[in-house]
Amino acid sequence: MALLLRPRFLRDAVAEHAMFRRRALVAFLLAVVAIAILGSRFAWLQIVQHEEYLTRSDDNRIKLRPIVPARGLIYDRSGRLLADNVPAYRLELIREQVTDLEETLRGLGQLLPIGEDELLRFRASWKAERRFQSVPLKFRLSEAEVARFAVNRHRFSGVDVVPYLTRRYPYGDLFGHVIGYVARIDAEDAETLDPARYSGSTHIGKSGIERHYEGRLHGEIGFEHVEVNAEGRTLRVLERTPASSGEHLYLTVDAELQQAAAAAFEGQHGSAVAIDPRNGDVLAMVSLPGFDPNPFVNGIGREEYAALLHSESRPLFHRAVNGGYEPGSTIKPFVALAALELGIRRPEDRVLSTGAYRLPGQGREYRDWRKGGHGYVDLRESLAQSVNTYFYSAAVDMGIDRMSAYMQRFGFGSPTGIDLAGDAAGVLPSREWKQATQGVTWYPGETVISGIGQGFWVTTPLQLAQATSLLAVGGSGFPPRLLRATQHGFDAAVIDEPVRTKVGIAVADLRMRDAVVEGMVAVMHGPTGTARAAAVGAPYLIAGKTGTAQRVGRTGDAAVDLELLPFNLRNRALFIAFAPAYAPTIAVAVVVESGGSGSRAAAPVARRILDAWLLRGIAR
Amino acid sequence: MSIASLLLDLAKRLLAPRVDVPLLIGLLMLLAAGLLILYSAAGGVPLVVSQGARVGAGLAAMWLISRVPPLQLRIWTPWLYAASLTLLLVVPVFGTGRSGRHWLDLGFFFLQPAELLKLTVPMMVAAYLHRETRAPGWTALLVCAVFVGIPTALIAIQPDLGTALLVAASGVFVIFLAGIAWWRVALLGTLALLIAPFGWFGLREYQRARLITFLDPEADRLGTGWNIIQSKIAVGSGGLFGKGWGEGTQSRLDFLPEHTTDFIVAVFAEEFGLIGILLLLALCLLIAARTLWIAAEARDVFARLVAGALGLTFLVYVVVNVGMVSGLLPVVGVPMPLLSYGGTSAVTLLAGFGIVMSVHSHRKLLK
Repeated sequence: MALLLRPRFLRDAVAEHAMFRRRALVAFLLAVVAIAILGSRFAWLQIVQHEEYLTRSDDNRIKLRPIVPARGLIYDRSGRLLADNVPAYRLELIREQVTDLEETLRGLGQLLPIGEDELLRFRASWKAERRFQSVPLKFRLSEAEVARFAVNRHRFSGVDVVPYLTRRYPYGDLFGHVIGYVARIDAEDAETLDPARYSGSTHIGKSGIERHYEGRLHGEIGFEHVEVNAEGRTLRVLERTPASSGEHLYLTVDAELQQAAAAAFEGQHGSAVAIDPRNGDVLAMVSLPGFDPNPFVNGIGREEYAALLHSESRPLFHRAVNGGYEPGSTIKPFVALAALELGIRRPEDRVLSTGAYRLPGQGREYRDWRKGGHGYVDLRESLAQSVNTYFYSAAVDMGIDRMSAYMQRFGFGSPTGIDLAGDAAGVLPSREWKQATQGVTWYPGETVISGIGQGFWVTTPLQLAQATSLLAVGGSGFPPRLLRATQHGFDAAVIDEPVRTKVGIAVADLRMRDAVVEGMVAVMHGPTGTARAAAVGAPYLIAGKTGTAQRVGRTGDAAVDLELLPFNLRNRALFIAFAPAYAPTIAVAVVVESGGSGSRAAAPVARRILDAWLLRGIAR
Repeated sequence: MSIASLLLDLAKRLLAPRVDVPLLIGLLMLLAAGLLILYSAAGGVPLVVSQGARVGAGLAAMWLISRVPPLQLRIWTPWLYAASLTLLLVVPVFGTGRSGRHWLDLGFFFLQPAELLKLTVPMMVAAYLHRETRAPGWTALLVCAVFVGIPTALIAIQPDLGTALLVAASGVFVIFLAGIAWWRVALLGTLALLIAPFGWFGLREYQRARLITFLDPEADRLGTGWNIIQSKIAVGSGGLFGKGWGEGTQSRLDFLPEHTTDFIVAVFAEEFGLIGILLLLALCLLIAARTLWIAAEARDVFARLVAGALGLTFLVYVVVNVGMVSGLLPVVGVPMPLLSYGGTSAVTLLAGFGIVMSVHSHRKLLK
C-alpha cells in the first residue's frame, strides 16, 4: 500500500490538466454522438414506424371474441316448452396456453372424472382446432366439480371453466324423433357450415326439428372486442356487437295429445300420426319405441349409443316418416274413390263376392278374408266389411295406369315434404316404377293385389295420415307441417308461418267423396263394420278403415329400398280414421307392429287418440 | 428572521459546501422520473415505496461520501477494492440468483457485489495511476489490466456479461483520461477487435441466443426474441407524445417482460413518447456533462480521474440500456441507471455521485 501513497514528483500539473480536459471533451462528444443516434432511433420507432407498432400493440391486447347466440326455444302448439336452454359449465383448454397437454390432462383426471369417450372426442378436436381457440373437454360439470377446479385452478394454465347454455328436452323420449337433438359439431358438420357464423358455437342440430330449422334456431353470432393481458385473461370489454338469439319455434304438435298417443300403444311398437285436415298441422307424431335425446346433447357414451343403435326394435328409427309399411286394406277407400271418380263404379253398383276372384283365363285365386265370400255388396258394404273382391275387380277395371295416376293425388309414392329430414317416398306401384326399378314388365295379377294395398305398395304412416286428411277435406288440402309460428325474442309477437299452397285435386263431385265416407263410417258404426268394437260409446262419428298387412315372401321385395323395409316378419296392424266424420278436425294413421289385425290392434289405439283430441277438456 | 429563512439557512449549511446543486437537481429529477414510471410499470405503490427507501439510502450514502475528502478516499481505495473483490469471490459460494449467483442475502437486503466494483475498480486504477509520473506505459497498463481484469472475469463467469463490460469500461475510462498515448489506444483497440470474435466460444448458450436474437429478433418470436419485439412495440406504439402516464398497455398487460427493471425505459417511451425520451436522454447528458465539468475543475489527479470515469460510465450505462430497449444493441441485462427497480445499483450509483460531489467541494482545498 505504501507504494500507492508515495508522493509524486516531476509532474507537469498544468499540461496534465489540459490533457485531461481534452480527453474528457473527446469522450463526452463521443457520448453525445451515441445519445444522438439513440434519439434518432427513437424518432424512427416512434414517428416513422409508429402506426405499425401501434397496430401490433393493439393486436397484442385486443382480441375479437365471438358471442354465441342463445338457441331458439321450441314450444308445442299451446306454448309448452319442448326444448329449453339451461345454464351449465364446461371445462375448456386453450391451445395456446397449455404447455404440456398430457400433464394437464393427467392432473385434471385426478381432479374430475373424465370419461374415455370425452377424452377421445377431445383429442380429435384438439388436433383440428386452431391454436388460439379453446377446446371443450368436459360438459355439464356438477357444482362440486366446478368448485374443486376453482380451488386448484392455479395449477392449470390455459384451462378454464366456462358458463354456457345447454339444451334440455323436458319431455325426454316423447319428442325424441320429432324435435331431434343438438350435439357437438363434428368434423363432418364443420365442412359444410359457415365458419364465421359458427365460431364459438359448440353444438348444432343433428336431427328432427333441431336439424331442419337449424338456420332459424341458431341465431346470429355477436362479437366483442376484449382487452386481454399477456396470459390471455380478459380484463374488460371494449366494444360489443350483441348476438341475436335464434327464433323460438311454435310447433303444430300438442304435447298432451302426443302423450296420449304414445300411451295409447300400451307398450306396443309402431307409429301414429295425427293431422288437422283443415290446415295440415301435425298434431301428434309418435314412433315407438322412442329415445331420450338428452344424452346426445353433451355426448352420449359409446356403449349407450351402441345399445340404441343395435337394438332389435330400432328406437333411433323414425317410423312415422321413414318406416315403410304395406298399407293393406287401408288403401281401399282411395281405390273406391278412384273407381267412382273415374266412372268405373257407381256407389250403388253391386259386386258378387264368392270368396275367390279369378282373372279371366287364369287359374290363380285371389281370396276374400271370409271363406265363401260376402255375397252381393255395394260400395258401402264392401268398405264396411273390407271385401277384397270388390276392390280386385275395381282395380282390374281401372287398370294399373289409371289407378296409379289417381293415387298420386293423395301423395302416395312421393315425400310429403314435411319439415323433417329423411321424409321417405314409399312406393306407389305402377308399370313405370316396376320397369325402372326391376326392369320387368307389369303382370295383370299385380294389378289385382294392388287394389287391396298389397304387392309393391309401401307407405309411411305420415303418407297414410296425409292421404286420410286429404280424403277428409275432399281431395285438396294442405300438406303436413310441424312448424306453426315463430317468435323473434321473448317479447316479440308470435308470427304465423305463411300459408302454403294446397296439394291434391278436389273431388269433382263431393257426393262421391260422401259415398266413400259413408262406407268408412259403416266400418265403425255399421252393424257389419270391421272396427265397430273400437267405436263403441264414441260421442262423435268416426270414418275409419282397418288394414292388416301380411309379410309374405314376394318377388317384389328385393327392389324395395332397404331403408323402407319393415323390420321383421310379423303382421302389421293398420288403421286410418278421421273424425267427426262430416266435419273432420283430426285425421290419424296408426301402425302397430306387434301383429294382430287392424281392427283389434290398431283401431283401439286410434280411438284413444281421437278421444284425447276431440274430448279434451271434457271430463271422462 | 422568519422560520422559513432559518430553515433555508440550515439547508444551506447542510448542503451548500459539500453538495453540487446543479448535479443534485439533475439526479433528483432523474430519480423522480424513475419513481413516477415505476409506479406505472409496477401498477401500484409497494414497489415504489421499497425503491424509494433504497433511493433514500443512496442519497444518504451520497451525502456522507460527499463529506469525505478525495485524499481520504484515495487512502481507503486499496482496502475498499480488496473488500469488494472479496465479496465478489464469496458470491459463487454463498450467492443466490435466478440465472446464476449474483446476490448476497444480507437478511434485509440483497447485495450485488458486482455493482460495488463499478466504484472500486475506477478508484483503484485511478489511485494507481495517480502516483505515475508519466502517461501510462506498458508496465502501468499491465498493472491496470490486472486491477480491471480480475473483477471483470469474476463477474463475467457469474455470469453477468453486462455488468462485467461496464466494470471493465469504468477502468478503461480512467486509463483513457489518464492520458494513454493515442497510438496505444489504436493498437489495443485493433487488438481487441481481432480477439472479439473468439469471445463467441466463451459465451454461454443463452448469451449466444441473445446475440442471434439481436441480429434477427423475429427468428424466435415467442422465445428470446419476445423481449426485444415487445419492447419495440412498446416504444413504437408510444408515438410522439406517448399513451399517457399509467396508460401503457404493453407493460400494464404484461406483454413487456422485465418492465420494472431492464426494460423500464420502454415503459417510459410508451407512456411519455418521443418527447419524454428526448428529455430523459438530455437529462442524462446534462448529469454526465456536469460530472465531467466537476472532474475537469479538480486539481487532484485521483479525484478527476475517478469523477471523469464515473461520469463516462454513467453515460455508457445509459447508452447500453437504451440501445438494448430500442433494439440497437443486444440484450445484455444492463439496467437503466437510477430508473430501473433495483437496490444495489441505485445505492452504488448515488454513492459514486457522492464521490463526484466530494471532488467538487474539495476542489480548492487540494491546490
